[in-house]
Amino acid sequence: MDKWRYIAKRLVLSLFTLLMITFVVFFVIQLPPGDFVDTLVESMVAQGERVTEQEIIQLKAMYGVDRPFIVQYLDWLSGILTGDWGVSYFYNKSVISIIGETLWPTIMISLITLFITYAISIPVAIYTAKHQYQLSDYIFTFLGFVGMAVPHFLLAILLMYLSFKWFGTPLMGLFPEGGIVSWASFLEFLKRLIIPVIVISLSGTCGLIRSIRAQMLDEQERPYVLCTRARGVSEKKLTYKYQMRAVLNPIVAGLGPMIAGIFNGSTITAIVLMLPTQGPVLLKALRAQDVYLSGGILMISAILVVVGTLISDLLLAVLDPRVKYIEESK
Amino acid sequence: MMRTKGKTNSSERVLRKEERKLQKRIKQQEKYFMSSQWQLMARRLVKHKLAVISFVILAILYTGVIFAGFIAPQGLEDYSATYSNAPPSKIHFIHNGKFVGPFVYRYDTEFDKFRNKIFVENKEEIYPIKFFVKGVPYKILGFIESDIHLFGVDNSNLPQGKDPVVLMLFGADKLGRDLFSRVLIGSQVSLTVPLVGTFISFVLAVIIGGLSGYYGGWVDTVIQRIIEVFLSFPTLPLWMALSAAIPPGISVTKVYIFITIIMSLLSWPNLARVVRSKFLALKKEDYVLAARLAGVSDFKIIIRHLVPGFMSYLIVNLTLGIPGMILGETSMSFLGLGMRPPATSWGVLLQECQSISNIANCPWKLIPVIFVGVAVLAFNFLGDGMRDAADPYK
Repeated sequence: MDKWRYIAKRLVLSLFTLLMITFVVFFVIQLPPGDFVDTLVESMVAQGERVTEQEIIQLKAMYGVDRPFIVQYLDWLSGILTGDWGVSYFYNKSVISIIGETLWPTIMISLITLFITYAISIPVAIYTAKHQYQLSDYIFTFLGFVGMAVPHFLLAILLMYLSFKWFGTPLMGLFPEGGIVSWASFLEFLKRLIIPVIVISLSGTCGLIRSIRAQMLDEQERPYVLCTRARGVSEKKLTYKYQMRAVLNPIVAGLGPMIAGIFNGSTITAIVLMLPTQGPVLLKALRAQDVYLSGGILMISAILVVVGTLISDLLLAVLDPRVKYIEESK
Repeated sequence: MMRTKGKTNSSERVLRKEERKLQKRIKQQEKYFMSSQWQLMARRLVKHKLAVISFVILAILYTGVIFAGFIAPQGLEDYSATYSNAPPSKIHFIHNGKFVGPFVYRYDTEFDKFRNKIFVENKEEIYPIKFFVKGVPYKILGFIESDIHLFGVDNSNLPQGKDPVVLMLFGADKLGRDLFSRVLIGSQVSLTVPLVGTFISFVLAVIIGGLSGYYGGWVDTVIQRIIEVFLSFPTLPLWMALSAAIPPGISVTKVYIFITIIMSLLSWPNLARVVRSKFLALKKEDYVLAARLAGVSDFKIIIRHLVPGFMSYLIVNLTLGIPGMILGETSMSFLGLGMRPPATSWGVLLQECQSISNIANCPWKLIPVIFVGVAVLAFNFLGDGMRDAADPYK
């Protein structure tokens, strides 16, 4: 019963966090001095049009930017809740439809990256922990540090440059022209996926290798390990059946921050590599002061992170009955 | 007779030497037992080779920050149209078979068969590199004015009507500005934003985390929820949104302050959690209760009795937070949301690397990457070394 109460509590807390996030997002997107109408008028004047004071006031009333902050916020919030996320002035389309276009490439890249991160870091971490103070351990540890030190966007540029040198054309974008229709275009799509996935997963992979390795090294000295070895259980079984269980906790607990990290990486990487994800749209929206669009993108990325954290917390509660919900119910 | 006397003398000398050694060792041991926690930490840190190397590298980089105007041969605003996209200057020592010390040749521009501009060394005249040459005036630390630069090219051989020869160790950018000088001047932003930002987030974290951990109850709950909200954001999009809010057309100093505040705004929540957990652990100690019974104010208990208890731990966390801020500032400036021209930082320098043709033709424009990477790595290693040193159970 405790478990269900914990899960319910987590759900309510997540909803509350999301509510506070909407406020922060709206506050942040309202921060720039001036509003969308000012930008609009500026560009109209730059194109040689004449705008009178009267028209500006009318425009402001039309877009509703002359109302007090809290009214605008409540209006926006009720829209968010009912599925009307406002209109992007810049694209002249509803925000929801723009986000819908970019959402699935974003989620797809995030999931692939997440999968690759775990697929690489877990075996490498276990290997280095089992070979502590050997050459391979030093090499992987050093590579891990370097991987964490190189900024995403620079790695993206470097790899793009290398792909340009090796293949003659820089590997940019995600989907081949005309979409994925045949086997050949699917292979092309996979080829274009390589650089973004490497770039985005690198720092997460390196971080995860470090933490799993440390955890594994701690486990190596536990009495139960010695005992299991003494019973004649094979090293393989010991590693994957017994020690793995202990290592699983930090892996699952790290899921939330990991998803946030992937969003960080993918935003800037997508801008450099011109991927059809949310990063470039966000940058454009911010530059054009397209308030509702940038707010919507911030909102959706925060929602995904909150959901990720929630999933990791719930998984943790299922996996390890000792932790968290006992602690929280105190 | 003489010989035996000499022998006793020498054995006496050996004895005395031994004694002196012993006393020295006792003194050292006394020093060790009497040393404070900080001294112990420093002792352990010195043994961590990677941390020491990192410390030296950082010391060199920050010396560069302080004396950037003196070390850089060029100023922030110097440019030369002829040297647009020029490759790094080659330093020669031998001219016409004779050793004449370090010098450079002048670059003449020509066009290859694809009508691309190429730079060819004109081997007729030599332009010696000299130390302490006069150049652009600058200020060190904002008040020491001078126009003497550490090194530069002696232009007395220059034919009339030609642009002065400029020493460009790292080549030039699109506007013909010396990349070496700009890397140095840019480090004044890129390497100080994280320090100031870390300081701000340190203050915020101690106050907010302290309140949360010390008072507990509803204060704690509210602050924890707020922290959770901050941690739920992917930092980069929020950084971008906040940076985009910096109004255009304000002074460089103000942009700098805004960026620093943005960097620290998003890094304090993690730190505040650390502070809170330490407070929770420490506030149950008897000495805190004693202080409270003695009538010490809450504020004083926090500052005088609680904070020093985990200062070392906090400093380690601060050091490990710096790389993130370096990368944050660089990323923002790279996207054009951070520092703006005329000011420069490593991220601004890398803006030119956004187009692939630029990198393909002028690979030296990637040099700032090395500086970013080295600084980030050095802070990581130093922080790691400090963490090991601060751990008393090792």
